[in-house]
Amino acid sequence: MNALVELAWIVTKIVALVVPLFLAVAYMTYAERKVISAMQLRRGPNRVGWHGLLQPIADALKLLMKEVVLPQNANRFLFVLAPMLSIMPALAAWAVLPVGDGLVIADINAGLLYVLAMASLGVYGIILAGWASNSKYALLGALRAGAQVVSYEIAMGFALVGVLMAAGSLNMGDIIRAQEGPIWNWFWLPLLPLFVVYWISGVAETNRLPFDVAEGESEIVAGFHVEYSGMAFAIFFLAEYANMILISGLAAIMFLGGWYSPFHGLPLLGPLFDWVPGMVWFFLKVCLFLFLYIWFRATFPRYRYDQIMRLGWKVLIPVTVVWLIVVAGLILGEVGPWF
Amino acid sequence: MTMHAVREFFGTFMLSELLKGMRLTGRHLFDAKYTLEYPEEKAPQSPRFRGLHALRRYPNGEERCIACKLCEAVCPALAITIESEQRDDGTRRTTRYDIDLFKCIYCGFCEESCPVDSIVETRIHEYHFERRGEQVIHKDELLAMGEKYEAQLAEDRAADAPYR
Amino acid sequence: MIEKVIFYVFAAILLLAATLVITARNPVHSALSLVLAFFTSSALWLLAEAEFLGIALVLVYVGAVMVLFLFVVMMLDINVSVLREGFARYLPLGALVGVVMVLQMLLVLGSAEVDLASLTATAADAGAAETNNIRMLGNVLYTVYVYPFELAAIVLLLAIIAAIMLTHRRRGGTKHQDISAQVRTRKEDRLRMVRMPTDRNNDS
Repeated sequence: MNALVELAWIVTKIVALVVPLFLAVAYMTYAERKVISAMQLRRGPNRVGWHGLLQPIADALKLLMKEVVLPQNANRFLFVLAPMLSIMPALAAWAVLPVGDGLVIADINAGLLYVLAMASLGVYGIILAGWASNSKYALLGALRAGAQVVSYEIAMGFALVGVLMAAGSLNMGDIIRAQEGPIWNWFWLPLLPLFVVYWISGVAETNRLPFDVAEGESEIVAGFHVEYSGMAFAIFFLAEYANMILISGLAAIMFLGGWYSPFHGLPLLGPLFDWVPGMVWFFLKVCLFLFLYIWFRATFPRYRYDQIMRLGWKVLIPVTVVWLIVVAGLILGEVGPWF
Repeated sequence: MTMHAVREFFGTFMLSELLKGMRLTGRHLFDAKYTLEYPEEKAPQSPRFRGLHALRRYPNGEERCIACKLCEAVCPALAITIESEQRDDGTRRTTRYDIDLFKCIYCGFCEESCPVDSIVETRIHEYHFERRGEQVIHKDELLAMGEKYEAQLAEDRAADAPYR
Repeated sequence: MIEKVIFYVFAAILLLAATLVITARNPVHSALSLVLAFFTSSALWLLAEAEFLGIALVLVYVGAVMVLFLFVVMMLDINVSVLREGFARYLPLGALVGVVMVLQMLLVLGSAEVDLASLTATAADAGAAETNNIRMLGNVLYTVYVYPFELAAIVLLLAIIAAIMLTHRRRGGTKHQDISAQVRTRKEDRLRMVRMPTDRNNDS
């Protein structure tokens, strides 16, 4: 009986996290279209509902109604499995992300490692989709995505090693608690190069512009999901956006102090904002990073494939290694408000 | 040269080019938008606009077309088909004047070539077909179009006349 | 009780996946079964409260090694029937290796040195004392086993350098870009303004 109650409680927590997450994904697509169109001096979707606010729902309905076409020589089992494999890790990683103080589904000690493991699983969906479609473009996209994700994972992992050195823990809650204080106490300042490297590799990990060679509309049509239609395509879409939100959430936790307000602990401003729940600050920080994603997409042209590899291996990884040594020195010297 | 290279090397870590690009797009985020909300707002049209075709009549009601077939000859898409006969009063008139709107490229050569300003292109560009075969419009439809939009057509020809 | 059920379910999946690795006709299916096997064994480790090992297994093997494996397998056009020809011929040898491995494990686990009960006891103690799995591992690695650990690190580093040296040879006559040189160029380095006589006439 007790076990059943516990199970029900866990399921409730999962639903309470996943439903808003899906809503966020839906409205992320809306926000993306609106912001990009504004940057291109267009208005964006404004026909369905007030200012087009129902557009994501209309899109979802349209994709639900459409037929899922199975290519003739595709590997049916893997073809159907691939979209599921791409969305599952994106959702599973959220289990350890604290959205507020104590508001987390599973408060495990190896939280950071768990997130990295889940993030590295996402590439399977892409690779399998590309291979199972039995299409040249899809296979090329899958190969590019595989190489890119494996390379940038290293830079990303190194950047997060810096965070766990600074925080002295792999537990997400402890990492945030180590950053307690106003905005200059957060890790973005002492770990600024790692922050930049993490963010760049995060954009590359999610295959977003300017690193979207896996899709590369102008060269390989749509890459790994050329052959997908209807709901199967929609799931890839969901996974991509869920991953973006995940990377943004991680950035907020690792470098921007998670649920702490930027004025936390200040003599005058601190108490002024104490009534704002931590969840709101976390949400705002995630929104900031999501806006950056969109801003990047509106600004930068696509990287060439070999230049992506060069950036990842020859620039980002050396930078992280150098800064890890600097961080070690800072910790030994117990510098500043951070260590 | 080496000093320059060293400075460049450290300069690239400031990501200044990226920030410059982002500043540009960031500024445009708040600029006035150019989008026309199409069904409600429409872009202004020139009097020379080339839309759906029409056949005009003289003010006394006589059809202008004399079946000279210049338009048929000049049409680069071979969209026009004309057949003609002698009418009872001895004048030559068309018995058939078909335009295939799928072939037509709206180049306006027919209008240019017409010696009597009979075949013209109206400003209408919002139309559709629901059944196969509807895209071929016949003489009666073209004449009806001409009658319906005569005021606009006459005004547009008058506006363009000084430049011809 | 419920843990036991979960354990047996995962164990069954693990065995099934391991069998599929060697029986699947399609090499990609084999590789994917291996991924599943890794994944379920990491789940089993999690069940045994070895969360660091479990997650590291997923991170390293599933996340990186198997991706590269799949990569290679997808690019190859393997003729499966040719691969299967020698199955009956190699069966006795394979079976022999298997038997030897089982015997070795029995010898190790059955000896007095390793007491299974004590192993489980330490794990339970660790759980009771709320000691962090990773902290424990780190403490052992960087104190008792620090020299073997550093040695292993050096061996790995050597292997990386060797691998890079073996593949990274500069061939003559290839064309490649030096991107930083391209980015570094300035107008003065490349552009020379030439005044042509006709220009002079027009300018004035």
